[in-house]
Amino acid sequence: MRSLWRTAVDLLDTRTLRDIGLVCVADALVGASFGAIAVSGGLPPWLPVVLSVAVFAGGAQFAAVGAVLAGGGAAAGVLAGLVLNARLLPFGFAVADALGSGPWRRLVGAHLVTDESVAFTVRQRDPHRRRAAFWACGASLFVCWNLAVVAGALLGGLVHDTDAFGLDAAFPAVLLALVVPTLRHGDARSAAVLGAVVAVVASPWLPPGVPVLVALGALVLTLRPREKAPA
Amino acid sequence: MSVGAVLVLAVGTYGFRVVGPLLRGRLRLPDRLDRLLGDAAVVLLVALVATSALTDGPHLAGVARPAGVLVALALVLRRAPFPVVVVAAAASTALLRLLGVP
Repeated sequence: MRSLWRTAVDLLDTRTLRDIGLVCVADALVGASFGAIAVSGGLPPWLPVVLSVAVFAGGAQFAAVGAVLAGGGAAAGVLAGLVLNARLLPFGFAVADALGSGPWRRLVGAHLVTDESVAFTVRQRDPHRRRAAFWACGASLFVCWNLAVVAGALLGGLVHDTDAFGLDAAFPAVLLALVVPTLRHGDARSAAVLGAVVAVVASPWLPPGVPVLVALGALVLTLRPREKAPA
Repeated sequence: MSVGAVLVLAVGTYGFRVVGPLLRGRLRLPDRLDRLLGDAAVVLLVALVATSALTDGPHLAGVARPAGVLVALALVLRRAPFPVVVVAAAASTALLRLLGVP
């Protein structure tokens, strides 16, 4: 772990490390609110903590706890969470190279695949830097997020409403800042824009998590028609 | 919510995460597919930006949040530093809400 961190510090510029730190702070506030909301809704403090460590996906955690607190039952919550997390499958393929070789790195690294760690990874091109960015972001977020959930669950309503701080705008802003610079080539840009439009238009009709998967259909724009062989 | 429910969600989520890393350790993908997977991540991330900026489940997200993300987009296109983008987005949204904008 320590050598891993040193590698990350050596390979990544201080700006990337600072950016990761900022995302950790923002996510920690959201994590603290998650712990507080779960406990104030009547769930035992260990539940949000175990859920965070074992699932480590903010959206799904809120969906699962929200469904239970709304009286929808655990099965509905689990299903909502799983649908939301289906996007982690294509994400896993996209950053697989950045986890490193060897079964342990793959098995442990897989648990650290999140929207944020993927966004920090796609920003890098060099294989060593991709690996450093993935692990630095994934590991720091895992620690910050879970400590914050513990704090929120134990201390209760320190952070009542993260929307009042505009943190719901910070999440898309983080991804936007990381991804836009990677949209260099035209095909990916058009696919991303089309996919975004499709996802938003589909949102009223599909359960949360599915619209972004539908957006993947826009990838056809990146598949250039093959030139026909001369007859 | 029982331990069983947490376990199902955890195992299912880990299943989604681990398939790619395990498969790609075993087989070498053609360059074309490799590039497609990279593009897929970018398309997904941009779709996530759009849905998390503009929607709240099946409903529209109001005004304050999309406005904050629009501020972020303007700053990103002007190549503003990352912390400026993120803090400006959150601050704009928070300020609008303070003024009573939904």
